[in-house]
Amino acid sequence: MSLDKIGIAKRIAQELKDRWYVNLGIGIPTLVANYIPENINVEFQSENGILGMGPFPEEKNVDADLINAGKQTISALPGAVFFDSAMSFAMIRGQHVQLTVLGAMEVSEKGDIANWKIPGKMVKGMGGAMDLVASADNIIVAMMHTNKKGESKLLKECSLPLTGVNCVKKVITNLAVLDVLPDGGFQLVERAPDVSVDQIKKATSGKLIIPNREIPEMKL
Amino acid sequence: MIDKQILNAEQACKDIKSGATIMLGGFGLCGIPENCIEALVKSKIDNLTCISNNAGVDNFGLGYLLKSKQIKKMISSYVGENDEFERQMLSGELIVDLIPQGSLAERCRAGGAGIPAFYTPAGYGTELGLGKEVREFNGKPHILETALVADFAIVKAWKGDKAGNLIYKATARNFNHPMAMAGKVTIAEVEELVEPGELDPNQIHTPGIFVQRIFQGTKYEKRIEQKTVKKIN
Repeated sequence: MSLDKIGIAKRIAQELKDRWYVNLGIGIPTLVANYIPENINVEFQSENGILGMGPFPEEKNVDADLINAGKQTISALPGAVFFDSAMSFAMIRGQHVQLTVLGAMEVSEKGDIANWKIPGKMVKGMGGAMDLVASADNIIVAMMHTNKKGESKLLKECSLPLTGVNCVKKVITNLAVLDVLPDGGFQLVERAPDVSVDQIKKATSGKLIIPNREIPEMKL
Repeated sequence: MIDKQILNAEQACKDIKSGATIMLGGFGLCGIPENCIEALVKSKIDNLTCISNNAGVDNFGLGYLLKSKQIKKMISSYVGENDEFERQMLSGELIVDLIPQGSLAERCRAGGAGIPAFYTPAGYGTELGLGKEVREFNGKPHILETALVADFAIVKAWKGDKAGNLIYKATARNFNHPMAMAGKVTIAEVEELVEPGELDPNQIHTPGIFVQRIFQGTKYEKRIEQKTVKKIN
């Protein structure tokens, strides 16, 4: 059984480490905040200007002045801080944020990512994604392994305009956990429950490296 | 104390001419200068270059100025959620310059801080880096981005005093602070305008030196783009 979006978010949550500051992108990454392991403390940064982002507010506490980068109303946890956009990207560019999790349309075996533009269709813009992927030490891409047409999103080269080059370190999909190796290639780390190595092979168009050992199943 | 107070949005915007470059603070619809946008729509000036992280939504925020076709060019980082924007861009009526959000913020900050350009890794290796100077620092390639300044910067704060000192609320600070620094003339509209001395100098976010005009807005709708609430079982 391949994972649903919640399953992907749960598996990504296992990558969080105690005392990390984490930036979560829009979509599947946002769900990660719901599954933080109990024994660790992390703080979420949203690039529009908050550290210490909390869950959605109760109706009576909804505040138009308090939103996340997805423009959703949120709450601020004790110890939270607000700041301007230049300060926010100083935190990101200056590598004070330990982990960025974001979605993608395509990832290449070299760690290139494309997620902001489909030529000929509506161009919405990159928002903070280019700054985030250019600077974070640790970038995890959360996405489905294939697109709606069933084509692989893990490619030799991205076909869409790039958001950043040589930056993605790990990809977590509905089928697998894969490390992007420094010299290129997707190294298979874990399989989704009841997903076979063959299924992953078929769904991966870029170079897939399968270590010569049993590939464990994800534990969710 | 240098008194920056003026009567209202109309007075604040009255010398903004067609063809001007204007920065407008806000992220999405959060922290946008609603009163000045309304005054600009009424003024009917056009051919504007607007620097703003987003372009509003249909029928709110900068969406008003787009609908009335007063904007010639937008410099933004994210412009979804706006059908009229899409129509004008695809038809070629509107010139759109998309730049990474962090680069946009820093270009404004740099413009206000007297730094003409800076190197950033954002956009290197992408189409945004094409034609830009590349230089390696600590083994990592960076591209040169230049500072932005504007004829007018229009920002919105929560509280301000007549000296132009500003305090923002929560995430409504966003681009308002760096843009306030980068206007040749900076106009601040605030929810509450007070006498000098009433704001604690320890708590001020934007020092009044960056602000030339300040007034208290008469109404704030503060529309929410995505209202999300906690589900209570």
